[in-house]
Amino acid sequence: MATTVHEPPKIEPRRLPIEGSGNGGWRNLVPAGGDPRRVKDSSPPPASTGIWVALASITMTFAAFTSAMIVRQGTAPLVHITLPPILYLNTLLIIASSITLELSRKQIAAFMGAGRDKDHSAIPSRWLYVTLFLGLLFVAGQTFAWIQLKAQGIGLATNISYSFFYVLTVAHALHVFGGLGGLVRVIGKVHNSALRRSTLDATSRYWHFMGGLWVYLLLLLWMKL
Amino acid sequence: MAKIFAVTIILIAIASAIPIVMHMWPMPQDISTHGYLIDEQYTDTMWEAGLSFLASQFLLAFFIWKFSSPKPGDKIKSFPGGAKGLVIAAFLLVGTECLALGVFGVKAWASVYFTAPSANAMPIQVQAGQFAFYFRYPGPDGTFGPLHPDKISEANANFFGLDTTNDPDSKDDIVTAEMAIPVNREIHLLMHSKDVGHSFYVPELRVQQDFVPGLDVTLHFTATKIGKYEIVCTQLCGLGHYNMKAYLEVMSQEDYDAWIKQQAALQ
Amino acid sequence: MHDMSTHAVPHGAPTSFIRKHVFSIDHKVIGKQYYALALLAALIGMVLSWIMRLHLGYGSLAIPGLHLLSKNGAPGDVMTPEYYLQLMTMHGTIMVFFVLTTAPFAAFGNFFLPIQTGAEDMPFPHFNMMSFWVTFTAFLVLVASFFTGTGPTLGGWTQYAPLSAIGDVGGPGEGLGVVLWAASIAIFCIGQLLGSLNFITTTLDMRCKGMSLMRLPLTAWAWFITSIMGLTAFAVLMPACLLLILDHVAGTSFFRPSNAVINDQVLPGSGGSTLLWQHLFWFFGHPEVYIAIVPGLGIVSHVLITNMRRPMLSHRVLIYSMGALALLSYMVYGHHMFVSGMNPVSSLAFSFPTLVITIPSTIVVLIWLGSLYGSRLRINSASLFALGFISMFISGGVSGFFLAQPSIDIMLHATYFVVGHFHLVMGVAAMFGIFAGTYFWFPKMTGRMMNETLGKVHFWMSFVGAYCIFMPFHYLGIAGNVRRYQAFTDDYLIPLIPVHKFITIAALFTGFAQLIFVYNLIHSRFWGKVAPNDNPWEGTSLEWSTATPPPHNNFGDKMPVVYHDPYQYSVEGASTDYVMQTSTEQLKNTDEEK
Repeated sequence: MATTVHEPPKIEPRRLPIEGSGNGGWRNLVPAGGDPRRVKDSSPPPASTGIWVALASITMTFAAFTSAMIVRQGTAPLVHITLPPILYLNTLLIIASSITLELSRKQIAAFMGAGRDKDHSAIPSRWLYVTLFLGLLFVAGQTFAWIQLKAQGIGLATNISYSFFYVLTVAHALHVFGGLGGLVRVIGKVHNSALRRSTLDATSRYWHFMGGLWVYLLLLLWMKL
Repeated sequence: MAKIFAVTIILIAIASAIPIVMHMWPMPQDISTHGYLIDEQYTDTMWEAGLSFLASQFLLAFFIWKFSSPKPGDKIKSFPGGAKGLVIAAFLLVGTECLALGVFGVKAWASVYFTAPSANAMPIQVQAGQFAFYFRYPGPDGTFGPLHPDKISEANANFFGLDTTNDPDSKDDIVTAEMAIPVNREIHLLMHSKDVGHSFYVPELRVQQDFVPGLDVTLHFTATKIGKYEIVCTQLCGLGHYNMKAYLEVMSQEDYDAWIKQQAALQ
Repeated sequence: MHDMSTHAVPHGAPTSFIRKHVFSIDHKVIGKQYYALALLAALIGMVLSWIMRLHLGYGSLAIPGLHLLSKNGAPGDVMTPEYYLQLMTMHGTIMVFFVLTTAPFAAFGNFFLPIQTGAEDMPFPHFNMMSFWVTFTAFLVLVASFFTGTGPTLGGWTQYAPLSAIGDVGGPGEGLGVVLWAASIAIFCIGQLLGSLNFITTTLDMRCKGMSLMRLPLTAWAWFITSIMGLTAFAVLMPACLLLILDHVAGTSFFRPSNAVINDQVLPGSGGSTLLWQHLFWFFGHPEVYIAIVPGLGIVSHVLITNMRRPMLSHRVLIYSMGALALLSYMVYGHHMFVSGMNPVSSLAFSFPTLVITIPSTIVVLIWLGSLYGSRLRINSASLFALGFISMFISGGVSGFFLAQPSIDIMLHATYFVVGHFHLVMGVAAMFGIFAGTYFWFPKMTGRMMNETLGKVHFWMSFVGAYCIFMPFHYLGIAGNVRRYQAFTDDYLIPLIPVHKFITIAALFTGFAQLIFVYNLIHSRFWGKVAPNDNPWEGTSLEWSTATPPPHNNFGDKMPVVYHDPYQYSVEGASTDYVMQTSTEQLKNTDEEK
């Protein structure tokens, strides 16, 4: 789109650009073609700010669940329960998936930096598939834990501790599905040669956050229940 | 138009103040030992809030009157002292106001909630349920019998779920639908809810306290005037909320003794 | 650099009717959709309040046709006690969520935030579209509860547990009605979270060249601060609603206490806590009050500045005050729970920040008053409503002094005093902000002017009427008149019934004025005078430098560049009494506020 910017007569805006938001908010945006090499943008693209905002909101939601547990504990003590052991294996899986995602990010960065992205189809996506696979395995593992409990006749309403267990694990799993969707989208973009670094970065931030959130939830459940 | 507006603001401000100044719909008369603290706090606050209200509305009206019809040559003037002066004024005026109200307010609050009931305070249990209050007096033995929620039966008038055959403490408990208390005697009210949230509000006594289902809440007060007052529910509890009330009779010690004897006979 | 200015999310103007007007990703269309939703919701909420007021003032009065609304709720056109509570709950929920949150924040914010920041659109336009349609779905779910057999929930908009958690035994509508209510609010939260995500990112990332944060108009700041509150508050309410739904459908005991007995039956449930609901709800609930009012502060400042022909005494102080209000709003929520059985020490801990919150509010009012001094005030419908807002904000604010103190709250809690307080400050004041914004921005949104005479009639009737309704509420509260009663049968309340009759008449009168507004709005939209130019009020911010109504990408093929602070009015030495942000005129020494 042609832009005819009329220039100021003499003075430049006096205020220095605020760090991180570009030149007074002005951004040189990624060309619509999605060619990552031509990005000369010093300010964060919306996806990157947006993901932090979204993570802040998810943090609040889980903080609310946590405080619900603490307030609820104040009126009636929580019942002690034993967590299904498969959760510990799942924890390893989600941590491993974060590592593979980082490997993938490094690889893609190196690939783009080398200027080989003319040959789009060659963008390495192997580690992305591994991450996706580990993520799916995590969800399957969580589902296995629920099925296992169900087989023992334990449900959401068995007691308040199981209520919190189910609510927290299911809420987390739903958010993990969002991350899996993001990964599928990134892989799709790799194949359509339209991957932007900001998309990959946002997705990986979200994914790492899910991993961290899971470790936090596991500790919370382990300590409180 | 602007001048009419300015006058309207002033008229509304004055009209709003009249019912307060004239005590057209006053607070119910205080009949408690701690209520004067609340009333003093209320009066102080009314002065400060009332004056802030009138002063700001008058100022608003005055500025609208004064600056709404500028002549073509008029220049913009700045408020003397500028924003800085106003911010300092706000901090000083409102800050002191807040601090004063906050600090003095603690006294009134503490008189209700931070003092323990005296040892010879008379215990009375009140149970709130949809949509009635019931009261229980411990009887001659001075002990309340245990409650059995599964035994509650409106048909058998067993509102509290007492087991008078097996619990000796329950045998002499007196359950009533209205509350009578001797004047000038401290009452220790033990509150529990049978079902949902309710509240115990007697404006004349200057008490209001929610019933919290699953929790036992206590309250203590001393009534100083003989008379018949209303206990009303102020926590939305269902369709009969508006009609959930009981009478509180403050009696002389002799009248109270007679009343409790009569109630004991009715059990 | 010119070739680099392509948009991050380029989207051409839509061609089909559906993509243009229904599932549009254009923030301006979404803003108008939000406005229409708020208008519809406000009309429903107002009619509910009429029915309630008629019932309160005139007891068993039959309201013709009421039985059509609900056969069980109003047999023979006379309202049953439960139906009163159901209408009251719906009035509160509809007004708080679907009017006071959507109109000043989502509607105006959507339309004007990207324009005022100089962006072509929001960064995530599809999320933005979802935000509206999700909110609309939430509204449908809520309204659907009118048509269930037992009607909507009667638990009040605060929906205190355990009444809201025990199901149908608690009363009509407490089963399915509550589930629909909680589902609606949870869905609503998703919509507002998506909206807030867009608002925050737009403000941070989408500003045009030269638009530093301090050059954003006060409205943009207000929406930005509000969206931060929305992001955190709605993220807490949503899990609370989910837990409430689980208590109904999965048999959990988050809020259901042990040993509750109704009809001689011990209800299932163990150890659930009513305080849990109150903590979660009010952690959201108090910021929600500021979500409703802070956009109003921004809109009123914006409208006033344009009509005073001068900037506020301090741009920064107003921004910091709004920020302080937002921050403090999280620390005061416990003042709703003074007599709810919470630890009395925490009551005091919540009381102090509540008193402190009057400081930023006072600063805002004093800055407004101080800026009025020596201004060149123009009187029109928009500025009248903005000035009326100040008056209402003061009146509603001073009663906060009483309620902030736990000792006085013992007397006034759950009385009409509280109802008067929040209706003035967050109901009427926020509505006045919406009206000021509507009269002010209508030409930009539609290309036509609203009728000024009708606007002034609307203002006079609303201003006097609102005071006649809500001032007496305070007197009733002082006399101990408990709220949420459908009739006054207590001995000490009977003498107060004439006051209720007066309020009812005032409410009908004021409500009628709102019909004039709706007529004016619709008539002007289609047959109003065409706006004389792109800048009828001689404003300075970016919305006035683009076409009327703005083209699909807001600024056509000319991306704006900002050279000035947002409010350069009556600058000495300038050629006109206003210098637009995009003006290339060079000013001496006035570019930045000291």
